[in-house]
Amino acid sequence: MDGVLGPARAEYRRADGHAMSSGAALGLESLSKRFGEVQAVKDVSLDVPAGSILALLGPSGSGKTTLLRLLAGFEMPDAGEVLVNGERVTRLSPAERRFGMVFQHYALFPHLDVGANVAYGLESAGVRGPELARRVQEALALVDLAGYERRGISQLSGGQQQRVALARALAPEPRVLLLDEPLSNLDPSLRERTRAELRELIKRLQITAVFVTHEQDEAFDLGDQVALLHSGRLAQVGTPEELYGQPASPFVARFIGRSSMLPVTVTGRTPDGVTVTLYGQSWEIPGHHPVADAGPAWLYMRPEAMYLSEPVGVALTGVVARRRFTGSGAAYVVTLKDGRALEVSGPLDAAAPGQAVGILPTRRGDGGLHLFENEMTA
Amino acid sequence: MRRPRNAWQGLLLAAVLTWLVVYPLLLTLMRGLREQGSWTLRYVHEFLARPTELSALFNSLWIAVASVVLAAMIGIPLAFFFERYDFPGRRWLGAMVALPAVLPPLVGVVSFIFLFGESGFIAHLVRRLFSLEQAPWRLEGAGAILLVHAYSMYVYFYLFVRAGLAGIDAAVWEASASLGAGRGRTLRRVVLPLLRPQLVGAALLTFMTALASFSAPYIFGGGFRVMTTQIVSTRLNGEDGLAMVETIALTILALIGLWLLQRTDATDVTGGSKGVSPRPIPVRSPVWRTLIAIGGWTLAAGLLLPHLTLLLVSFVPVGTWTTEPLPPAYTVANYLTLLHDPVRARPLVNSLWMATLATVGALALSVLAAILTVRRRATARRWIEAVLTMPWAVPGTVFAIALAAAFSVREPLALRFVLVGTLWLLPLAYLIRNLPITSRSILAGFRALDPSLDEASASLGANRSRTLRRITLPLLKPAIIAGATLAFVTAFGDFVTSVVLYTYDTRPVSLEILSSLRQSDVGVAAAYGVVLMLVSAAVFALGAGQRRVE
Repeated sequence: MDGVLGPARAEYRRADGHAMSSGAALGLESLSKRFGEVQAVKDVSLDVPAGSILALLGPSGSGKTTLLRLLAGFEMPDAGEVLVNGERVTRLSPAERRFGMVFQHYALFPHLDVGANVAYGLESAGVRGPELARRVQEALALVDLAGYERRGISQLSGGQQQRVALARALAPEPRVLLLDEPLSNLDPSLRERTRAELRELIKRLQITAVFVTHEQDEAFDLGDQVALLHSGRLAQVGTPEELYGQPASPFVARFIGRSSMLPVTVTGRTPDGVTVTLYGQSWEIPGHHPVADAGPAWLYMRPEAMYLSEPVGVALTGVVARRRFTGSGAAYVVTLKDGRALEVSGPLDAAAPGQAVGILPTRRGDGGLHLFENEMTA
Repeated sequence: MRRPRNAWQGLLLAAVLTWLVVYPLLLTLMRGLREQGSWTLRYVHEFLARPTELSALFNSLWIAVASVVLAAMIGIPLAFFFERYDFPGRRWLGAMVALPAVLPPLVGVVSFIFLFGESGFIAHLVRRLFSLEQAPWRLEGAGAILLVHAYSMYVYFYLFVRAGLAGIDAAVWEASASLGAGRGRTLRRVVLPLLRPQLVGAALLTFMTALASFSAPYIFGGGFRVMTTQIVSTRLNGEDGLAMVETIALTILALIGLWLLQRTDATDVTGGSKGVSPRPIPVRSPVWRTLIAIGGWTLAAGLLLPHLTLLLVSFVPVGTWTTEPLPPAYTVANYLTLLHDPVRARPLVNSLWMATLATVGALALSVLAAILTVRRRATARRWIEAVLTMPWAVPGTVFAIALAAAFSVREPLALRFVLVGTLWLLPLAYLIRNLPITSRSILAGFRALDPSLDEASASLGANRSRTLRRITLPLLKPAIIAGATLAFVTAFGDFVTSVVLYTYDTRPVSLEILSSLRQSDVGVAAAYGVVLMLVSAAVFALGAGQRRVE
C-alpha cells in the first residue's frame, strides 16, 4: 500500500517542510466549551501520539462529540488550545486545519457522484487533471471501491457510503483523521467486520485518528487509547486494559464493563492490598485503592472476580434469581439476604435459579475488585 | 462562530428589508393618524361613524370565514378520496383536481362571467330549457364571490391534506385498527389530529387569501362592499386619510386572523413517522368502479369548465356573440391581435419583464436572508425572518396603497423617492409581495439541508464561496425552483397590486383584460386570459420537471 500512497506522501512532505512519515501528533490543552448554561467540555487535556488512535468514549451528553467538533474547528473553544506537532491550530478555520472528517451520517454530497465526492477535497487543495483522477482512484482503491467513480450516492449501500466517506476524508492526505461514530449507522453484522478493516487501514496509513463512540466494545477494539468522558470532563484516559483493570473513579468502574456494588467497612491495609469487612466476614482486596485506612467504603465487583460456592461457612450468601447465558458460560444474578443483587459469572452448571449459593472472591480477584469511598461521582 | 464578522451584513439586510416592507406601512399608519403636522383621530372617527365602513369590515370577515368553511368542505373529502382509494384514472384525476391553481384570480373571475354570468353558457342553457325571458339569477354579490372563492381555494385544503395523509405512516392506521378502532374512530382520534398542522395551514392560507381577495369582489361585488374594494374606491374619491384608516383596519383584521390560527397551531404534533405511507385501498366492485369513474370524470370536466370556457370565448370574433347559447362564429384573430398590434402586445411584454425582474430580485434577497439567518446566525435574524413574512399577512391592496403613499414624494433624507409613475414601482411591488413565497421555500430548503454537508465541505478545505457554489446552491435548486415558479406566476397574473400602481407604460395583462372586457371585447379578454393560464401552467410544469430531474 506504500506503493499507492508513496508519491503522494512524498509531495506532502515537501509542501509541509518536514517529515510526515507518520501522522501528526495531536495535543489538546485544557479545552473548554460552554453552550449557554451547559458546560459541554470542561478543561480537557489529552495527547495523541503520532500514528495512534484515540477513542472518545462516554454516555450521550458527555461532551465527546463537542470535543471532536472543537478539534475539527466547527466550534471555537472558550479556552484552551489544539496543537498539531506542537503548533497551535486553535484559531484556524476547518478548511485550514487539513484534518479529515468522517461524519456520523457520512454527509456525502448527494448531488455529486462517488468520484466527485472523493475529488472534492483534492480540488480544494488545487489538485487537477490526471493527478486528480489518479488520486481519486487510489483513495477508492484503499476502501475497496475501485471503479465506483461514476456511481450515484443513492445507489450505494450503507456500508459502501461509509467507505466513500472514509475515502473522501483520506484522499487529501489529512494530518489527522476525525471520525464521529463512524460505524453507528451500519448493521450490527457489518459493524464488527468494518471495525477491523477500519483499524487495519488507519494503521497501514499510520495516520493519527480520533473517533467518537458510545460503545465500549468499539472503543476497546479500535482505540490504542481510550478517553472516557463524563459530564464534559475527562474521567480517565488510558489503554483499554488500564480502564478496565484500574478504574480511576466509581463512574469508570461502572461505565466500563459490568460491576455490582456492596457497602463494606475498611479495617486496615496489608502490603498487598486492603482488608475490608463484608457481612461480617473479612476479605482482602488486592491492589491500591483510594480509600482511608478505616471507615465505610463501596466495593465494586466484576462478575468474573467472584465464584459461586456451597452456602456453608460463607458470609456472602443468597439465592440465584436469574441465569443469563453468555455463550462460554453463564452470569448468575444472586439476590442477597438484604435484597441487594450481585452478578457473578461461572460455568453453565454452577447453579440453577432458586438455588441457595455462597459467593467468594477468586484468588486472582485483583483487577476485578475496586474500593471507592463514594458511591458514584466522577 | 465568527459572530462579529456577520453583524453588519445582518444589520444591512434587516435595514433594506425594513425600508422595503415596514417603512411604507408605517408611513401609511402615520398618514391615517396625522393631519397638517399634528396627530388626529379625525379619520378614525370618520371610519367608525360611517355604517358602510363597518359593514364592509364585517363583510370581509364573514366572507373569509365562509370561504374557509366551503373550501374545507370540498377540499378535505376530495383529498381523502384520492389519497385513500385506488381506481382507474386516479393519478390523472388527482392532478386535475389541482387545476384551479393555474388560473390567476382575475382570469378565474372572467371565466366565471362567461360561464355562470347572466349571459353566460349556463344561463343560456337554463333559459333554453325552461323558456325563460331572463336568466333566473344574477352573478353578483356575496354568493358570486363565495362561488369563485370556493372554486379556487379548496385546492389549498386538497393539496395540504393529501400531502399530510401521504406523510402518515401506514403503521399508524394499522395500530389503530389493531386496537379495535373502527374507521370513524381512527379518523377522529388519530388521523385528523395528525393532520392538524396541514388543516391549520390550509385554513390560514384560505383565510388570508379570501380576506385579501380583490378580483372577485371588485367584479362581482356590485353594492356588496368588502374592505379591499372599499379602500380602492375611497382612494379614488380622494379621501386619502380615510383610505389609510381602512387600510389599517384591514391589516389589523388580517393580523388577528393570523394570530388566532397560529395560536391553535402552537402545540405541533410531531409524528416520528419514518415508515411508509399506506397503500391506497383498491376499489374492486365493478359497480363502484363504474360509479367512481363516472363521478370522477364529471368532476374533472366540471373543474375544467372555466378553463374550457375561456378557451372557447378566446376564439369569438368581436361583437358576434350576443344571444346565442354558443358563439356562432370562431376566429384566431384575437390571438393575432395580441401578437401583431404593438399596443395589444405591450401588456404581455410588460408583465413578462416585470414578473421576471421581481422574481429574480426576491430570490436573491431570500437566498441572502437564508444564508445569514439559518447558517451564519447573523445579527437581527429574527427580525429579518419576521419582515420577510410580513407582506403575506398584509393584503395586496394595503401594500399597494402603502407603496404608492411612500414613494410619491422626494425626500432623500427620509429615504423616500418618487417612484409613482415610473417603470420601477410595479416590479418593486411584485418583488416585495413575492418575498414571503420565495423566502418561505428557500428558508425551508436551507433548514432541511444537513449542516454537516457544509462542515464536510469546510473540512475538505473549501472556503465559503466554494461551499455555496458547489454544495449549497446545487442542493437548494428544488427549493429555489419551487419558490421561483410560484413567485413568477403570482406576479405575472397579479391584478390587486397592479390596479392601484400601474401606469400606461407598465400596464400588465390583468388590467388589459379588464379594459378589453369593459369595451365588450370579450374575445381579446379571453385570449389574454388563455395566455396567462398557459404561461402559468407552462412555468409550473417546467418547474416540476426541473425538480424531478434532481
